[in-house]
Amino acid sequence: AADIISTVEFNHSGELLATGDKGGRVVIFQQEQENKTQSHSRGEYNVYSTFQSHEPEFDYLKSLEIEEKINKIRWLPQKNAAQFLLSTNDKTIKLWKISERDKRPEGYNLKEEDGRYRDPTTVTTLRVPVFRPMDLMVEASPRRIFANAHTYHINSISINSDYETYLSADDLRINLWHLEITDRNIVDIKPANMEELTEVITAAEFHPNSCSTFVYSSSKGTIRLCDMRASALCDRHSKLFEEPEDPSNRSFFSEIISSISDVKFSHSGRYMMTRDYLSVKIWDLNMENRPVETYQVHEYLRSKLCSLYENDCIFDKFECCWNGSDRQVEFLSLCTSNLSNIVMTGSYNNFFRMFDRNTKRDITLEASRENNKPRTVLKPRKVCASGKRKKDEISVDSLDFNKKILHTAWHPKENIIAVATTNNLYIFQDKMN
Amino acid sequence: MFVRGLKRKCFDGEEDIEGTLAGIKAIPSYNLQRQSLLDMSLVKLQLCHMLVEPNLCRSVLIANTVRQIQEEMTQDGTWQMINAQSTGQASLDRLVSTDILCRSSRDQAEGKHVPAYGTFSKDFENDQAQDSSETMSTASAVQAPRNLQSNVWEMENTQENKGNFQKSLDQIFETLDNKSPNSVEDLFSEVDNSYYDLDTMLTGMMSNTKMGHCDSLETFSSSTNTASNSNCKSDLNDLDHIVEILVES
Repeated sequence: AADIISTVEFNHSGELLATGDKGGRVVIFQQEQENKTQSHSRGEYNVYSTFQSHEPEFDYLKSLEIEEKINKIRWLPQKNAAQFLLSTNDKTIKLWKISERDKRPEGYNLKEEDGRYRDPTTVTTLRVPVFRPMDLMVEASPRRIFANAHTYHINSISINSDYETYLSADDLRINLWHLEITDRNIVDIKPANMEELTEVITAAEFHPNSCSTFVYSSSKGTIRLCDMRASALCDRHSKLFEEPEDPSNRSFFSEIISSISDVKFSHSGRYMMTRDYLSVKIWDLNMENRPVETYQVHEYLRSKLCSLYENDCIFDKFECCWNGSDRQVEFLSLCTSNLSNIVMTGSYNNFFRMFDRNTKRDITLEASRENNKPRTVLKPRKVCASGKRKKDEISVDSLDFNKKILHTAWHPKENIIAVATTNNLYIFQDKMN
Repeated sequence: MFVRGLKRKCFDGEEDIEGTLAGIKAIPSYNLQRQSLLDMSLVKLQLCHMLVEPNLCRSVLIANTVRQIQEEMTQDGTWQMINAQSTGQASLDRLVSTDILCRSSRDQAEGKHVPAYGTFSKDFENDQAQDSSETMSTASAVQAPRNLQSNVWEMENTQENKGNFQKSLDQIFETLDNKSPNSVEDLFSEVDNSYYDLDTMLTGMMSNTKMGHCDSLETFSSSTNTASNSNCKSDLNDLDHIVEILVES
């Protein structure tokens, strides 16, 4: 279905929430201004703008269709009244301007209100056109199209902290773009002989504070940190992050489940988080040989890897995210002092997971209309891995692997989260007293 | 556990197997399981006709898995003796049944032939023959499925075959290079590159987001074979687009 959500992203203030879907559409939601009389509820998110970002294309050289599915959306920080975002499909990145129009000029001398031209001889007086209010119209217009720079499928875009450049990464290359002009290539891992290809780039992100630093992750579970000041082509990494394999868990699927599907810096830039098939890992940028923390998302799937390989679920790319930066998070009634202290990621059966780094507690929640009434607190879920299933637990074999939550986002300032199931977007907020 | 209620599962936990393999008392041997994984991986890599470019990450991961299995099999000597006896029979049955499953699941599968497992054996055949081959055209790969299947299992494995297997695997990625397909050198090269030409390769692999065992078992058809339905469909799409260009210009 065309409305399968493929990416979710809050803008920098959290007021806008953009989603991209498989049909190439972008839908932007806007948070209602807080109602002063109803201080106990935050504004709801309503549709603000919908536009077609990408259309299906046909590559004549390869005789292949290029999907219009939006892989990633990233917002630019707001500089003026308009909003800007980058959206990308497999091949082309577009810069969109979203602007509001709530006034229109009226009272032209030479034009009727409907636009038809008047006969000049009928004009007897002159007047100055004035702006009159009109119903709010939100317009999206493409300002730049960055095309023909990626041979392979784009998996990441990341805006630099200088707000002037951004990177785009496909399976084998990373390009640097200036928002005004075109790109240069900064990472190229394509082997001279494609027969030797054994590793691809899976995600890339700029450091939040250091504008010459970025990381990229690979299908072999490694993360490389690169400094653009070192050389024009960042073929040599400054740091290589890799955890040695656990020999007791080795199987034919070890490499596949080690493939990193997402990488995200913490807000301070001191840590980064990676997501592989079964776990979330937190890395300290100063320590390359192992992560500082590892959280198991759904370890009960480890004994099912063959079936998950058979039905291709093992290749699902889950994303992960940190809690918002400005607010300290109260989690399970405990105060915390570390600002980047909660990580969130999705799983199957419309479950998503949160881990508190300070208390080491975790919770499993479900995004589903049937099982949660609106405005009630979400009930924690539990999966029964083996043995006797307790009441309210769900056994591994009854999990629905069609219902996967790949994309989640956390409001940058408040405890509001957006969770995308296959076709629906859920927005949850914490209970306010 | 999964959408189609498949009874056949891989070797996931002993407790599952006992439940699902009704009537079979023994747990499948490691070798059989490993062979089954190899088969499944090769099927996943097979070149099916798809309109969208395949997922490179998935292809690389599957190819790496196949290499791992192959290396292990070489080390413990089983690569030398893929036997066609008991395991061969069971595997053949499995291939046949998945073929049947495959036919019923896809609309455009009518009239198509066996999964491209056969195509890998075709390369073995070529190299085994040792003649500097005339190229076997890709169309011929769609012949007589039974022959190709049986060839796989009857094949005697030597070091040479192992190397050729490796080569054919690598060729999948080689063609991702922007080589012009069907160039003259390719035509007369020892190895049949035309089979792995860019079009076929890239249209071959699924970007599979669906559930279910069958979805990964697309039946094979090559882009040069005009006999199959989906090729006709693709040709029509090509035609439409070409017409569009002509009209616009």
